[in-house]
Amino acid sequence: MHSLSNRSKVVVKKEMTLTEKMYLPAILGGMMITIKHFFKRKPTIQYPEQKREFSKVYRGRHILKRDEQGRENCTACGLCAVACPAEAISIVAAERKKGEEHLYREEKYAKTYEINMLRCIFCGLCEEACPKDAVYLTEELAPANFDRSNFIFGKDKLVQPVGTSAHPKTYKPYKK
Amino acid sequence: MEIFLIDKIVLIVAVFGITLLFALYSTYAERKVAAFIQDRLGPNRAGIFGILQPLADGVKFFLKEEFIPAHADKALFILGPSVSMTTALMTSAVIPWGNSLELFDRVISLQITDLNIGILYVFAVVSIGVYGIMIGGWASNNKFSLLGALRASSQMISYEIAMGLSIIALVMTTGTLSLGEIVQQQNGSIFGISGASWNIIYQPLGFLIFMICAFAECNRTPFDLPESENELVGGYHTEYSSMKLGFFLFAEYTNMFISSAIMSSLYFGGYNFPFMDQLGLSHNLVTILGTTFLFAKIVMFIFLFMWVRWTLPRFRYDQLMRMGWKMLIPLALINIIITGLLIVVLK
Repeated sequence: MHSLSNRSKVVVKKEMTLTEKMYLPAILGGMMITIKHFFKRKPTIQYPEQKREFSKVYRGRHILKRDEQGRENCTACGLCAVACPAEAISIVAAERKKGEEHLYREEKYAKTYEINMLRCIFCGLCEEACPKDAVYLTEELAPANFDRSNFIFGKDKLVQPVGTSAHPKTYKPYKK
Repeated sequence: MEIFLIDKIVLIVAVFGITLLFALYSTYAERKVAAFIQDRLGPNRAGIFGILQPLADGVKFFLKEEFIPAHADKALFILGPSVSMTTALMTSAVIPWGNSLELFDRVISLQITDLNIGILYVFAVVSIGVYGIMIGGWASNNKFSLLGALRASSQMISYEIAMGLSIIALVMTTGTLSLGEIVQQQNGSIFGISGASWNIIYQPLGFLIFMICAFAECNRTPFDLPESENELVGGYHTEYSSMKLGFFLFAEYTNMFISSAIMSSLYFGGYNFPFMDQLGLSHNLVTILGTTFLFAKIVMFIFLFMWVRWTLPRFRYDQLMRMGWKMLIPLALINIIITGLLIVVLK
């Protein structure tokens, strides 16, 4: 067999030498290894007080963005739903009425926008597919729940709350 | 006479308290050392650096349900941990914890009692200690407990022989069985350094054998077959809960402390430290410093116990027996012969 890593050793059954039979040198060697670890810097993160930073490209739960005037960006084109490999997104579109211009940026908007968080694989393809800069994956974790039905996130949970800015914690551009 | 009694009672209480304190904080140290060796931090939530962890553990032990299995022999079941704990605490009586203090116009020895057969007393008490484990394992009426107890007794009997033989060589060089005198003798000077003629210089092989046997006597890894949690559940203490289990575990740490003290006293000069008589300090101060040094040595030995525990895996049972009977006992005998020859040649 050709070795890929060049680290493999051929095991040979041979008589032990006297030093090997005495065990002590090997034991001392082992103790040197453990004492080295004893003085090593510990990688522990003291969790509740200290939190580990997420990776820059971490993909958590989704957010439906609003623009600077607080209007929803989503135009219910359905490209995210098409792109979604897990078929987690379902959208019902509706036409913007007169007087709703301050609510929705485009003439068509999503009446319901649901993501099934149990189906979602957080691949971020919806984010890439979106032509209207509407759906993004944030750094937040999708929270646990006791009920399956609560994992279907509607617009109440997904749309960016009014008055919030493009904060890095809740909103991060995927590619810049 | 009354004053003598008061001295002794104060000393006994102090030694008792210190022993228990050391045992208590050995559990904490064990967890910390284990954690650090495994690149973790260990308990650090109870108090600063987790310093109150042993207290929390103790409280938990007391609050746990006291459970005695239906098929267990009740009297023996309770006797087991009691014997373990009592014998573990008894040995400290003959260890010289320091030289002597000159207080109130009297000379107070810091050894509770200097038996002229101190070493034999230690051996006698330690071998009773195995009864605690045996009785506990037998009374549990459980296969795992019985196997653990069986292993404990055979292991202890095997390693006691090598331990005794290594001590015989030491007794040949010192010419006394009294621990007080053995420590006193190590006060002599070597290369002009007073208080440094420790027995380890004359008995290196004997010390090695004694130390290995001490590991076995304390049931510490690599000799922790009586417990071997991954094959015997918990070994002899499988059926134990609450403070009875606590006593068993506590006895192990007490034994560790006592054997560290004995190793320090027999081979590492006890309360003697280099340059002790050349510093020109008052007798009391030297004694206090000596006691501090003794405890420093003990702490180092306890650390060694833990260091080894978290380095080595457990022996297989046949390896354990082979090591005891076919390696350590012949080595100890060779050590006796060499020592005898050297004594004849050099004196």
